[in-house]
Amino acid sequence: MTTASTDTATGTTGERGDILAVAREQVLERGEGLSEAQVLEVLQLPAERLTEALALAHEVRMRWCGPDVEVEGIVSLKTGGCPEDCHFCSQSGLFDSPVRAAWLDKDRLVEAAKQTAKTGATEFCIVAAVRGPDEKLMEQIRVGVAAIRAEVDINVACSLGMLTQDQVDRLAAMGVHRYNHNLETARSHFPEVVTTHTWEERWETLQMVRAAGMEVCCGGIVGMGESLAQRAEFAVQLAELEPDEVPMNFLIPNPGTPFAHLDVPQGPDALLTIAAFRLAMPKTVLRFAGGRELTLGDLGAEQGMLGGINAIIVGNYLTNLGRPVEQDLEMLETLKMPIKALNDTL
Amino acid sequence: MFCSFCGGETASGDHERCRARLSLIDPPRYCAECARKMVVQVDPMGWTARCSRHGERTSAEAAQR
Repeated sequence: MTTASTDTATGTTGERGDILAVAREQVLERGEGLSEAQVLEVLQLPAERLTEALALAHEVRMRWCGPDVEVEGIVSLKTGGCPEDCHFCSQSGLFDSPVRAAWLDKDRLVEAAKQTAKTGATEFCIVAAVRGPDEKLMEQIRVGVAAIRAEVDINVACSLGMLTQDQVDRLAAMGVHRYNHNLETARSHFPEVVTTHTWEERWETLQMVRAAGMEVCCGGIVGMGESLAQRAEFAVQLAELEPDEVPMNFLIPNPGTPFAHLDVPQGPDALLTIAAFRLAMPKTVLRFAGGRELTLGDLGAEQGMLGGINAIIVGNYLTNLGRPVEQDLEMLETLKMPIKALNDTL
Repeated sequence: MFCSFCGGETASGDHERCRARLSLIDPPRYCAECARKMVVQVDPMGWTARCSRHGERTSAEAAQR
């Protein structure tokens, strides 16, 4: 909780000084992320200070991460029919969603990895809509990862829900480079988003992943009815996790889901959140993920890349489509942001 | 004919929002000929959508139209 009184007209705080000035010294100069109260101050900045916040977040990204952009592609190995009730997700079997269950075969999986590698991407993430993997899925992952590693020059990541220690160890032994498991939202808001499992169960999986030597990828979705205070809470909870990568999604209100009635997050709100997350996590890979097309459009995507983002998912997502790959690659070229090379990721 | 986003009849109702979603971020979910839910697979560069009655459509075919 902040004790500083904020002037809502300027976003400045009387007791501690202007939050962006504080962030410049604390985050940019010393590399120390903002506290929860400080992140909230950034999120409460008035609209006329958005450009300034983005510029500072960009400086922080350039200082602590460099100009390179990490490019990734993702694919859904198992779509739909999930037993969990994540309220944003069209793949839950508990909702009347138009998404029907489907499996991707090994040949198409390898082809998807090849197509992704051709874009210059260094990461390819295999995703399954499950609570956690069963033996059938673990075997498909084993075969699929081996085939990709044999044929494609790309790091393989997985996102298969909650894991047991044995499954963590087996994925690490397969050579899975990074594991994605999003906390999705602040701990205090999680029960409004998911009721079939807990935030703490997700946290436990992430700890096992880290201990097994895989990189940790953990982010969430902005715009699921959380307050600004909960958004600040989430940023700091992610920072405490110290993930290697944080994917930032923006809610896509999908038909049939409990969140179908929510509004698409507004662009300025999303951009300020990007800046705030960068100021909370100066050294983390912060990735543009799903929903940016609706929330930010083309111009907003560029603003995000100049406001703290240093990684991007190119191509399509799991059930939704992304911008044409060429458009994102042209954007990076225009912004003079080089794509991170594979040998820089290992 | 039926809306590929919501499955409603295209002749009735307002499908402007559906068209916007289909043009930006959504593959077809309902068969335009019979409104059955299709089995859709999205991959990084495209999609396929299969209706049990009317067969498969692909993003490559859709782009040629």
